[in-house]
Amino acid sequence: MAFKYENSELLRFTTAGSVDDGKSTLIGRLLYDSKSVYQDQLDAVEASSLRRGESEMNLALLTDGLKAEREQGITIDVAYRYFSTPKRKFIIADTPGHIQYTRNMVTGASTANAALVLVDARNGVVEQTRRHATIASLLQIPHLVVCINKMDLVDYSQEVYDKVKSDFEKFAAKLDVKDVHFIPISALNGDNVVHRSENTRWYEGPTLMYYLENVHIASDHNFIDVRFPVQYVIRPNTDEFHDYRGYAGRVAGGIMKKGDKVVILPSGFTSKIAKIDTIDGEVPEAFPPQSVTILLEDDVDVSRGDMLVRENNQPRVEQDIELMVCWFIDRPLQLKGKYTVRHTTQEARCIIKDIRYRLNINTLHRDIENKEIKMNDIARVVIRTTKPLFVDAYRKNRITGSIILVDEGTNETVGAGMII
Amino acid sequence: MNYQLNHLKELESESIFILREVAAQFENPVLMFSGGKDSILMVKLAQKAFYPGRIPFPLLHVDTGHNFPETIKFRDELVKETGARLIVASVQDAINEGKVKEESGFNASRNGLQTVALLEALEKGKFDAALGGARRDEEKARAKERFFSHRDEFGQWDPKNQRPELWNLFNGKKEYGEHFRIFPISNWTELDVWQYLAMEEVALPNLYFAHQRMVFERDGILLADCDYIQKKPTEVAKEMMVRCRTIGDMTCTGVWPSQAADLEAIIDEIAITRLTERGGRSDDKRTETSMEDRKKLGYF
Repeated sequence: MAFKYENSELLRFTTAGSVDDGKSTLIGRLLYDSKSVYQDQLDAVEASSLRRGESEMNLALLTDGLKAEREQGITIDVAYRYFSTPKRKFIIADTPGHIQYTRNMVTGASTANAALVLVDARNGVVEQTRRHATIASLLQIPHLVVCINKMDLVDYSQEVYDKVKSDFEKFAAKLDVKDVHFIPISALNGDNVVHRSENTRWYEGPTLMYYLENVHIASDHNFIDVRFPVQYVIRPNTDEFHDYRGYAGRVAGGIMKKGDKVVILPSGFTSKIAKIDTIDGEVPEAFPPQSVTILLEDDVDVSRGDMLVRENNQPRVEQDIELMVCWFIDRPLQLKGKYTVRHTTQEARCIIKDIRYRLNINTLHRDIENKEIKMNDIARVVIRTTKPLFVDAYRKNRITGSIILVDEGTNETVGAGMII
Repeated sequence: MNYQLNHLKELESESIFILREVAAQFENPVLMFSGGKDSILMVKLAQKAFYPGRIPFPLLHVDTGHNFPETIKFRDELVKETGARLIVASVQDAINEGKVKEESGFNASRNGLQTVALLEALEKGKFDAALGGARRDEEKARAKERFFSHRDEFGQWDPKNQRPELWNLFNGKKEYGEHFRIFPISNWTELDVWQYLAMEEVALPNLYFAHQRMVFERDGILLADCDYIQKKPTEVAKEMMVRCRTIGDMTCTGVWPSQAADLEAIIDEIAITRLTERGGRSDDKRTETSMEDRKKLGYF
């Protein structure tokens, strides 16, 4: 049976910004114009705006969910918003933009296909813009959209737009960003958000919505290097499936086909893919980000944490790993400190062997004098793990190139690392 | 071949990954089953995640005693079909044993009492992970939930001190006595759920499809006329064509006037509706932050 709205892709994007740059207004506009805000939500927001003595409906109340956030009028945490058009379904990871929330931005950015960076046309590229661009680059978000907002307040001037564009490009040249677009908008009036603006006839590019609906995301995954971290072993032990031994997991890279020869790490044994199984039957191939079950021709010992790869294309097998790490908690990162490290479906312990430098995310300056790594800091470090991990550079694969650090005393997630 | 999943397949893959991660990281998980479409979806996804094995954890139903009879019938059939083990935590028992006190009056509901029965069942079963079908699009406090949501030894949620979740890496580490609430379908919207159930031709309780029922109106919400709700003298029941958008217990689940008798009609209805599905849930309307307040205490 074929149903409507079924053939749309999923695009995840992140927005970062402060209260003043119109981020809430922009999100409100996208939700509102795509008819994703419901009447009872609007009624509730209107009633609570009135209760606070605000004269206009405060759209930020749509996104601020927690009591403390509503009381203080700020966004503390990552909030996820959903809207869809006939073409795509969108997930917005809405994060606060202030420096003290770098960790939230990093969190929101980790799974994003695209990042929206808001620039107030009156102020141009400021420290916060540079910070957002740096994080987008560190987290390797494939697509970056610079929304030059409040164009209505600068008379829709092309000169202002060009200035912001060239300033941004000058800074971005120092970063590793692949695909940058600039769009002049007014979130308040809706110019170039969903509808093309009559006020910016000099602008020939797409509206924001058109961009989000059409940006090419099919190659955001790595389809070259086969990486299959084994997550769970399925052994039904029933009469019908007596000898069934399936390796369940999510394809982290490459295209896997029935009959392919694979190497199992860390054992180094080789075998062939006998079958790629799902409840709906066998499939001929599997690709990221599919969750499948792989059956091998040979009876080899494979368990959670192992990785299936191709013989002539293997990840690095390392115990000394260089990382860019973002720190999440009040207690500073401890040189020689011990943490639990999680990487794909593996877990190990590690020691912080060296802190190379602390990165100033506003200026990109590498500080080798003050290497105390506090909450929201980003640093380059080296860890030594208790057993080898099967890693790729984060640039090459965001799944096999990322780790988190967990405090062994409190069990908190204390840091996120991108492997160099 | 086109290596791009449609959004439903991508959401499915994400949820299956979470379900398998739970089976791998926890010793004794349980799936909270309400009988609603979201928990029916969860069961379907769990079947997919562990096929051809059975779902490696039991289902837990917190029975308020005020369920639609159709819910219980459907639940029992599903249990039989999947071969899953069912645990029932009864709010009525908790009341009989004097552990909780029943609310009285016109708006009396057992919704808040569920928390006690739930926490007790989790403790009794020594469950260290409780899987739930909550979605972030449902309610503003749920929009801030993690996939892996840590609860302390009192079952409380601390929304300001949540663990960051990045990439595919989920941290289920905890102290003895603490547990996690896990929400594998966090990223699904109501429309996604319906589209997927239609695509997969999943069986659903009849309550979701338009049917004739005796209903009455209270505070702008239509409620089913039943023995569990005391009507005010001014409230008169009449027969209407209605359906449920969510299924909770009869005292707080609003029904909607609808002619949508099949999945296709429901999807069309949802795609153009101007009201959220929890708009008919009187338990959310008690105060502006009633969901957050209840969640902090350990509500599902």
